[in-house]
Amino acid sequence: MFKTEYHFEVKKRDWLLVVRLFGEIDHHGAVTLREDLDRLILKERPRRLVLDLSLIEFMDSAGLGLLMGRYRLMQDIGGVMVLSRPNQRIMKILRLSGMERFMEIEGVGAKGEQEDEAR
Amino acid sequence: MKQDKRFKNEINRMSLQMPAISVNEGMARAAVAAFCAQLSPDATELADIKCAVSEAVTNCIVHAYKNRKGKFYITVSLFADRTVQIAVQDKGCGIPNVKAAMEPLYTTDAAGERSGMGFTVMENFMDRLHVTSRQGKGTLVLLSKRLGRSTEEE
Ligand SMILES: Nc1ncnc2c1ncn2[C@@H]1O[C@H](COP(=O)(O)OP(=O)(O)OP(=O)(O)O)[C@@H](O)[C@H]1O
Ligand SMILES: [Mg+2]
Repeated sequence: MFKTEYHFEVKKRDWLLVVRLFGEIDHHGAVTLREDLDRLILKERPRRLVLDLSLIEFMDSAGLGLLMGRYRLMQDIGGVMVLSRPNQRIMKILRLSGMERFMEIEGVGAKGEQEDEAR
Repeated sequence: MKQDKRFKNEINRMSLQMPAISVNEGMARAAVAAFCAQLSPDATELADIKCAVSEAVTNCIVHAYKNRKGKFYITVSLFADRTVQIAVQDKGCGIPNVKAAMEPLYTTDAAGERSGMGFTVMENFMDRLHVTSRQGKGTLVLLSKRLGRSTEEE
């Protein structure tokens, strides 16, 4: 079961932490989202952090900064960050930034609710 | 002048003025998207416009006024040939070197976890981006996109 936070849901299994994000990621929301994610990451210290982006409706360059920051934090604690199920919009901006080349991305183009392995 | 000819074909216009506070990032892009819907953009075009507006407005809030009090001004013009033109203006600190600022990954605020991709997004998601700025006076970002021409790979 996912534990519901106000802008993300968390599921934990051994060293795996799956965080499903909701809504819009812009500069306005990124500040608290960043703090909450970092608190969670530093508490759980997962080896593998999966950020499920399938329910993100909007993301601009503030989201790129947010993803990059968490990617670095995961590296710092000896883990990896994985982006899961980004929609075509998110892929477009990830590609533009070049982040798509070095970040692990799974389930590109997959539909939001189906084949939800974390359920 | 080219501008004058285009002006005659302007079919609608909206002007907005908002305080430079971050909650207005979402408000501004939603308002612009709603207004642009008159030209029946496809989903990709509308998402491109929303993202570009979000970038320009966020820059006013984060950089121009550095979270101090100020306002930003948006004018959206719709033209008969389905061109959308959006001006986003601030009266903030200005950009000393616009050319450098527009380079991908360039940011003056690395501590704030910026990717330095705002102008690159505007440039790629719109047909045209033009930036004019004067130090101590402010910045004007002009964005335009002609609808119905997307050669989307998606
Ligand atoms: N309206 C503005 N007023 C003053 N400076 C600006 C303005 N817009 C942009 N800049 C300057 O141009 C730089 C590049 O802007 P750009 O939007 O590309 O990246 P960023 O805002 O730093 O990062 P990101 O948009 O990825 O979060 C900024 O770091 C800032 O120095
Ligand atoms: Mg920016």
